[in-house]
Amino acid sequence: MLRRFGIRALVFVVSAFGASVLIFFVLSILPGDPARVALGFGATDESVAALRTEMGLDRPLITQYLSWIGGVLHGDFGRSFSSKLPIGPMLFDRFTVTLWLVLGGVVVALIISIPLGVLAAVRHRKVSGILISGLSQVGVAVPAFLAGMLLIALVAMRWKWLPPNGYVVPATDPGGFVKHMILPWLSLGLVQGAVLTRYVRSAVLDEMGQDYLRTARSKGLRPMQALLRHGLRNASIPVVTVLGVQLVTLMIGAVVIERVFVIPGVGSMLTDAVSNRDLMTVQGIVFVLVLFALLVSFLVDIAYTLIDPRLRAK
Amino acid sequence: MSLDPTARPVDPVTAAPGANRRGPNALLVIGAVIVVAVAVAGVVSFFWTPFDTGFTDTANAKVGMGVGGHLLGTDRLGRDIASLLMAGAKTTLYVGIVAVGIAAVIGTPLGILAAMVPRRYSEFLMRCTDLLLAFPALLLALMFAAIWGGGITTAMIAIGIATIPSFIRVVRSGALVVLESEYVQAARVAGRSRLGIAWNHVLPNVLGLVIVQSSVSYAIAILAEAGLSYLGFGAGLTTPSWGLMLQESQSTLSSYPMITVWPALAIAIAVVGFNLLGDGLRDRFDPRLAGR
Repeated sequence: MLRRFGIRALVFVVSAFGASVLIFFVLSILPGDPARVALGFGATDESVAALRTEMGLDRPLITQYLSWIGGVLHGDFGRSFSSKLPIGPMLFDRFTVTLWLVLGGVVVALIISIPLGVLAAVRHRKVSGILISGLSQVGVAVPAFLAGMLLIALVAMRWKWLPPNGYVVPATDPGGFVKHMILPWLSLGLVQGAVLTRYVRSAVLDEMGQDYLRTARSKGLRPMQALLRHGLRNASIPVVTVLGVQLVTLMIGAVVIERVFVIPGVGSMLTDAVSNRDLMTVQGIVFVLVLFALLVSFLVDIAYTLIDPRLRAK
Repeated sequence: MSLDPTARPVDPVTAAPGANRRGPNALLVIGAVIVVAVAVAGVVSFFWTPFDTGFTDTANAKVGMGVGGHLLGTDRLGRDIASLLMAGAKTTLYVGIVAVGIAAVIGTPLGILAAMVPRRYSEFLMRCTDLLLAFPALLLALMFAAIWGGGITTAMIAIGIATIPSFIRVVRSGALVVLESEYVQAARVAGRSRLGIAWNHVLPNVLGLVIVQSSVSYAIAILAEAGLSYLGFGAGLTTPSWGLMLQESQSTLSSYPMITVWPALAIAIAVVGFNLLGDGLRDRFDPRLAGR
């Protein structure tokens, strides 16, 4: 089992390295001169050259890469091309906000999808089961930002139950934080919950055909009892994989949701940086988001091993 | 409870997982009808829309269905919503075809390759696939937008590249099954070249999977384009797009909700259509190859 973890960890580190190289070179080699963009098109060649030196863009690419990645390893993401401020501290703050958003979204998605998915599988031939499947099919087709827009129009503007947008730091005002986050959490969670419901349903349906559940039933357990006691652990293996993928999808969905609800997370930082053509900031944020995706898939792999004893023995 | 032993209620525990297959044909038909409808609307919009999409009927701005000859009403500038939806269908088709095309054309041969080359090469290829998987479409599109500026072309290419890994994975797993089959063994014994086997045996047999994956990926591409256009990095102001319509309707949402509802319905129906088509086709093609 330790060997398995070791290999996985190695794959993670190598992938992270590969990702950093990919991001750096795509953003450096492809056309566009950040110094010229920063100064505007009226700038003289001398002032552009001077700024290139100041930004360190006149060094060989390899040196630039090594100094960037060396800094990143120490939490230093360099300075923004547009604001000249260090990127690292801001990125850290913004990432925390997004993490709150995503975690809330996951909780909502799980609360919706596990009971509904199990129900849809157990009653897959009854009206309720088919209804849940149909609803989840529709939920999958709704972009999260649209759910956000509709929630704002209805809950915040018409009924005035919750604030339409904005963000409050949880440490200063926990109640206000929750109030501001409920609609974003719902927008992210409802849509991802619909996706997850379909996977839970199909995973549980697969297990329901297995012999061990028939045995459990013949012992006298009721269908739901047998399923809860024996089936869910097995059904959770494919669901954990999907949940991992979903976590990454949620992180990216958060980029759009932060725009809808004006939340100062890493997503709005990214869209601002893209609008300003601030490649240094874009590079740092994209790397952190990709690192997050790689970390999740690494953790999912470890979770497999913990859930499935057959993998532990190998 | 009835005493008639044959009137036993259906037991979900003993019911086979694949037993719930009464509906797929109906769903397949619904999916196909939706997809064809979107395609027809898009193609017709090349030649004809009820109103010009640039025409602003200022006297009839924000009106409801049927007013002033506007079938679905007008948006805040007085543009005809039905015409915008048709022209938006064109953009949706265009983005989807190019993005899915890129992914299928690059992903399918790589998937077959990954199934046929020796293990250490395929292992490397799959690790690269995993790495690319960590770059979702929206992230890649934003990265490209930072370099070239946002736009429909950047969006299509980014969505296409981000979709390659799912094609590689699906095609590889299908190709592995085909390669185990007896007819491929026979072809090997008969001295067929590896390229010949890939072209004549593997490709035709995984084509079903490619079509299914294309349909599912198409739905994802529609959502990605909508999200990018909403952020302002997709369709430009002159390109009609459902996502852009949504974004523009946000300011009028609480007072004129229908302006939002129409493009929202268009997106949701199109995505459901492509998903149903994909699911239905998956059931139709060899289920052994389908995987899950």
